[in-house]
Amino acid sequence: MTTDTAVLSVRDLGMTFPGPRGVLRRAPGVRAVDGVSFDVRPGETLGLVGESGCGKSTTGRMLVRLLDPTAGQVSFRGQDITRAPQRQLRPLRSKFQMIFQDPFASLNPRKTVQQIIAAPLRAQGASPSTIREEVRDLIRLVGLAPEHLERYPHQFSGGQAQRIGIARALATRPELVVADEPVSALDVSIQAQIVGLMERLQAELGVAYVFIAHDLAVVKHLSHRVAVMYLGRIVELGDRADVYERPAHPYTKALLSAVPLPDPAAERARERIVLLGDPPSPASPPPGCTFHPRCPKAQAVCRTEAPVLAPDTPTRQVACHFPEA
Amino acid sequence: MTTPLLAVQNLAVTFDTAEGTVHAVKGIDFTVERGRTLGIVGESGSGKSVTSLAVMGLHRGATVTGSAQLDGTELIGAPDDHLRTLRGRKMAMVFQDALTALHPYFTVGDQIAEAYRSHFGGTRKAAHARAVDVLGDVGIPEPARRAREHPHQFSGGMRQRAMIALALSCEPDLIIADEPTTALDVTVQAQVLDLLTRLQRERGLGLVLITHDLGVIARAADDVLVMYGGSAVEQADAEALFTTPRHPYTRGLLDSLPRLDAAPDTALRAIPGTPPSLLAPPAGCAFHPRCPAYAATSDTRCTGERPPLRTVAGGHRSACIHDEVTA
Repeated sequence: MTTDTAVLSVRDLGMTFPGPRGVLRRAPGVRAVDGVSFDVRPGETLGLVGESGCGKSTTGRMLVRLLDPTAGQVSFRGQDITRAPQRQLRPLRSKFQMIFQDPFASLNPRKTVQQIIAAPLRAQGASPSTIREEVRDLIRLVGLAPEHLERYPHQFSGGQAQRIGIARALATRPELVVADEPVSALDVSIQAQIVGLMERLQAELGVAYVFIAHDLAVVKHLSHRVAVMYLGRIVELGDRADVYERPAHPYTKALLSAVPLPDPAAERARERIVLLGDPPSPASPPPGCTFHPRCPKAQAVCRTEAPVLAPDTPTRQVACHFPEA
Repeated sequence: MTTPLLAVQNLAVTFDTAEGTVHAVKGIDFTVERGRTLGIVGESGSGKSVTSLAVMGLHRGATVTGSAQLDGTELIGAPDDHLRTLRGRKMAMVFQDALTALHPYFTVGDQIAEAYRSHFGGTRKAAHARAVDVLGDVGIPEPARRAREHPHQFSGGMRQRAMIALALSCEPDLIIADEPTTALDVTVQAQVLDLLTRLQRERGLGLVLITHDLGVIARAADDVLVMYGGSAVEQADAEALFTTPRHPYTRGLLDSLPRLDAAPDTALRAIPGTPPSLLAPPAGCAFHPRCPAYAATSDTRCTGERPPLRTVAGGHRSACIHDEVTA
């Protein structure tokens, strides 16, 4: 891991949400994210996958300081931003942006598209004429037309609205965009359009993505490296080929085998690892390895000792006492 | 030829709205046999859910025409009290969101027992015992204890199992499952799909599986109906649909899908444009504004009349005039 060249470095990141207030004292907190570390290299896509409640969205929000972490460190281009005051953060904000899942909820319904895309540029203090020009360039960049600029978000389809969200995120020429489930609210035929757009923009602008999703196929398609999360921790992190072709963690393996393939013959021939039960609640994680109650390979040590994320091959780390060979 | 379990003919559903009449379903035909699963796949607004609600007689404020016969009994236009004796007993529904489909105030066991008693009568005690049995059948651990719990005490996967138990409690012949696994995590989705297909096979049920997920269709369906803009555009057995898709929409959908089994860096070929508005649908074939075949030919037949579904190969039907009949 070469920290000096990373756009974003995350070390031991943790988020504990306070528990509900009781009559006499607070219930114990919910540890949504625990000890998460990774680097994002310039121009790459790091996929962050996991099931609901695994902490992937909480992690994403901490990366851009929409949430303040309770532990660990986030550095952007070597500069620690974990506890930087908002005033100090402002000039840096233009360099890291976010795209959200629900394009309508993340666009102000009372503003025109022109105003929405111009907002980050105005915040950076650009002149009105520069803003006008930039906004026209941006709307074309994401595949819409300048005549769309005078309309309001509700006049667009979901896919078009997501394009507007992308244009806004790219307005300040960021080096990093955190995209939290950007295509999961869209129809299948529209998903491919947005995925294609994100790929093209990365090739043209060299922007790095942290792509957060539960859809393993979309993440495989877009990512150079992939981190698999389970109950607040990264259980496997590596190059796409390592994670998808030779998964080392039993959870990754089970997750991949659970995804139905659009191929009836392959589906019949396939051996599936069906995990028992549901993912446990992060409010009361099991002791030891949090995956052990559902793990087909669990041994005594798994019930008591939490495995640490350690290199397994030069291009992959895994947190398991008994990784797949 | 024996009567199919469910025979739907020329089913059409329209809604009157302030902005005009919405033709949600424009005359579709399909049959479901006992012991088989029909997958209905389509994107939002394709009419797939409206179709199932129309069959169940659960539409509100819609005009339904055409015919849907369950075991020879006409459902469309049947009086409510007659439908009520069929719903649950002969046909049952599994919804996407179990938290809204189950009543939050009553225990899971009470809800199943109530459904059972409304069809079979008997004592509360017997109905409760039946509820515990079916909860056990769908793989809920400690069914006697869980039957006394409320839906919010169940996890997402367990709630979905409870709803399947409710659907099965009166031993219907037909189950319509509308996006039954969409709200679930992928590892739990695998469990619930396995459960549905196992029960369907063991009990010889007819199953209608409505989903937007082609992977779910490939895993669970025997036959497939592809819907677009309120019409059926392709119909085939699952094998044929995935190996030799005929309609340009089906082909486009498969090409635009990121796949786990694809070679890395396989380009996605997106379908341009957006799904049609139901208020102002395009003339002719609803898919023509996005269709590569129309883009290449500008064929006036595509914009003229809505192409009917016709047989293009054995058991394979497609609604595209560019589709040559092969067998």
